[in-house]
Amino acid sequence: MTRIFVTVGAQMPFDRLVHAVDAWAYTRGRSADVLAQIGPSVAPPSHVKHVRFLEPAEFDRAYDEADLVVAHAGTGSILAALERGKAIVVMPRRAALRETRNDHQVATAKAFAAIGSVPVAWDETELAEVLDRATISRGEAVVGRYASPRLIGAIKSFVESP
Amino acid sequence: MILAALRRARSLARGSTRPRRILAISSGGGHWIELLRLRPAFEGHEVVWCTVDATYRTHVGDAPFHTVRDVTRWDRVGLAQCATEVLGVLGRVRPDVVVSTGALPGFFGIVLGKSLGARTVWLDSLANVEELSMSGQRVAPFADLWLTQWASLARTAGPRYEGSVIA
Repeated sequence: MTRIFVTVGAQMPFDRLVHAVDAWAYTRGRSADVLAQIGPSVAPPSHVKHVRFLEPAEFDRAYDEADLVVAHAGTGSILAALERGKAIVVMPRRAALRETRNDHQVATAKAFAAIGSVPVAWDETELAEVLDRATISRGEAVVGRYASPRLIGAIKSFVESP
Repeated sequence: MILAALRRARSLARGSTRPRRILAISSGGGHWIELLRLRPAFEGHEVVWCTVDATYRTHVGDAPFHTVRDVTRWDRVGLAQCATEVLGVLGRVRPDVVVSTGALPGFFGIVLGKSLGARTVWLDSLANVEELSMSGQRVAPFADLWLTQWASLARTAGPRYEGSVIA
């Protein structure tokens, strides 16, 4: 069984993503594989197991146990997957659909897609296709736990400057 | 006084630096995750953390930890409350340095911290790929070290690019 963890963060609902995964899982007979963190959802999903919010320790466990993460294109969600070497698929929120206040997630998704290792579904239809093709975790961290040595050095020397 | 001066001279001679008190402040979600990724830069110093979600305390172990209310820029009453709470934290902590990855609580931390005499670092979030955040633009006059995480957004007059929270 491939365990799939869906996460949309805590701030705003993103039911378009939740329902797309719900429908995909149902039609593929995979509903039992999915745990969805749905935030302040307006209409919770019908088929997959879901919770609105998770505390940090529960988030850690959900990420650790997942073989595949499906997330909004938030940097926190993406970094949590990459630093654990978890396969992740993202779908950005859209300002035009009032899923967020501006299209920064579209830009974030583009940027991570360009780096590689983060497949992007630009809409719900594409999400089903991406999920059908998605590979599971390699188990190797794609990014380290801390910022780049250059950034650490720049901030450290600023902190320690007289 | 003399002893302190001697101690300082000795530590300078050894090349070590006096520990600084750092206030690391951000809102939740990605802003907070990015802030935590800066931890090695704070080693050897006293770090006080401030964010908007009490459950995040588990991320920082026994370190001092404060929360303030979260806010969006459309919530005027909330803005005033958030700023007041940040000012309260600054008053209690008296940091030498304030470091923030945004958003509004961090913006207040930098602006108010600077006016109270702290040195300040603004690291605009990784999420701001195509343009700096609104807070990131407005914080410029108050940020001694003003950074973007995207080389394409760096300008001669600032912000500077010095790498990102990804390694």
